[in-house]
Amino acid sequence: MLILLKRVIKTGWKGFKRNIGLSLATILIMVIVISLATLLFLLSPVSKILIADIEKKVDISVYFKEDVSSEYILEVESEISKIPEVKDVQYISKDQALEKFIEKHKDDPVLMESLTELGSNPFLASLNVRAWDPSQYEQVANLLETSSFRNLIDKVDYHERKPVIEKVFSVVSGLNKIGIFFSILFAAIAVLIAFNTIRIAIYNSGEEISIMRLIGASNWFVRGPFLIQGLIIGFIAVLITLLITFGLCYGFDARIKTIAPDISIYSIFVSNFFLLFLIQLATGIGLGIISSYIAVRKYLKI
Amino acid sequence: MLSINNITKAYPSRTGNNPTIALDDVSFTIKGKEFVSIVGKSGAGKTTLLKLILAEEKPNNGQILFDDLDIHKIKSSQLPKLRQRIGTVFQDYKLFPSKTTYENVAYVMEAMGASKDEIERDVSQILGIVGLADRVDNFPNELSGGEKQRVAIARALIHRPDIILADEPTGNLDPYHTFDIIRLLVKIYELGTTVILATHDKEVINSLGKRVITLDQGRVVRDEEKGRFIL
Ligand SMILES: Nc1ncnc2c1ncn2[C@@H]1O[C@H](COP(=O)(O)OP(=O)(O)OP(=O)(O)O)[C@@H](O)[C@H]1O
Ligand SMILES: [Mg+2]
Repeated sequence: MLILLKRVIKTGWKGFKRNIGLSLATILIMVIVISLATLLFLLSPVSKILIADIEKKVDISVYFKEDVSSEYILEVESEISKIPEVKDVQYISKDQALEKFIEKHKDDPVLMESLTELGSNPFLASLNVRAWDPSQYEQVANLLETSSFRNLIDKVDYHERKPVIEKVFSVVSGLNKIGIFFSILFAAIAVLIAFNTIRIAIYNSGEEISIMRLIGASNWFVRGPFLIQGLIIGFIAVLITLLITFGLCYGFDARIKTIAPDISIYSIFVSNFFLLFLIQLATGIGLGIISSYIAVRKYLKI
Repeated sequence: MLSINNITKAYPSRTGNNPTIALDDVSFTIKGKEFVSIVGKSGAGKTTLLKLILAEEKPNNGQILFDDLDIHKIKSSQLPKLRQRIGTVFQDYKLFPSKTTYENVAYVMEAMGASKDEIERDVSQILGIVGLADRVDNFPNELSGGEKQRVAIARALIHRPDIILADEPTGNLDPYHTFDIIRLLVKIYELGTTVILATHDKEVINSLGKRVITLDQGRVVRDEEKGRFIL
């Protein structure tokens, strides 16, 4: 048994070397497939960060009437933060609102002048409410407008912001859907190409496989070397892809940080290294072995 | 040890109608060790008969018993064991194009799990016998027709099978090598192996003086001990 296993491995290695051209071509295809799997893997945390970034910018404000005291508002704040859909609530007093306005428009003399002319602070105190999910804002707004403290509220600006919020919501879910769709599409195409490359490689040996069967070799003795070749090809492809991934993550880390400061693909790479390696191994070796198995099967029927 | 019972084999034609009847109700028995020649015109069904014995093709009717084992009923995973008891010289050689002479001959022994030393000893011995000691490292496309045929013969003999199926094993050989190979087959038969030889070489058959089964259009028309070549 052991001697047969040893022979199978040796024959597989020999086959790999004898068909080195074809082996290299197959490795190249596999590198592309595994890179794609890696890209999808790395892209999902990146897209999550990006989406979270966008979602952070979306909120609704509850403006209180002129005469509502800050104690009252703080009470309402704690009330609102109890709503399960609400992620956090931030109190902005009349003074803070004014400061923010001045900070934002200090280079606009017309606005500043009209502000001093006004003499008093025209801003209302407000609570900035953020929900966990953009789709929940409508519910939260309705809840606020029908709450016990609704007579303290001047307005909830959800309805003005509704188009923007809904747009963000649909873009985010659309992006997710498109992402998933293309991921699956590309993965399927890549797998098919890899499978066909291996099939063509084995097609050349089809006649030999049949002869092996006819002169009395067992199925496993015939199939084994091809599985070993698939394994070697998959493994080498994984190593190459891992190197490329490392190089790209390392090289582009700084450049991506200048665009999106929250994202460090290098640290995503490092912290997910073992999972990534496992996914690459599963893709590469799994594809190599399964494709070989299926491709050889046809010729073993004799 | 081998009994062919009412075997009929029809190859379907590409167009669907008029299948080719390659074998028509063929029956004969080989008891114990025998040297049997199958003769017949081209297209008489000799190769088809050997293919059925090797379970490469399935019959439409009838059965083939190998030591009481119905070889077309056993599981595909059991076939290797059966085929390891058979040594086949294919009419078209069926050598492995990507393997050297040595590897071609050694393959069956490797598949059967023989040790490296055994394989080396036996392969160089058999290649010496068929006169190919100096062609061990050549690939089939570097060999002459007759050399290829002798590699095929060496491969069929190497694992000491119980039955040898030799389909036209001398078709590409000159008279000198032809009689060498025939003498080798006779010697193996004398050492206790059943030989089934399909040929249309009249001189070979007539010089053998052994059992001859004559096929004509898929039917057994003659089956004689110490037969002669009559078509
Ligand atoms: N795979 C096949 N498909 C269809 N017809 C076939 C097939 N193999 C053989 N035949 C037909 O079956 C008949 C018998 O063929 P077979 O090869 O057994 O003849 P043979 O006696 O070996 O001839 P030869 O002496 O030329 O080798 C022939 O008419 C042949 O055309
Ligand atoms: Mg023939």
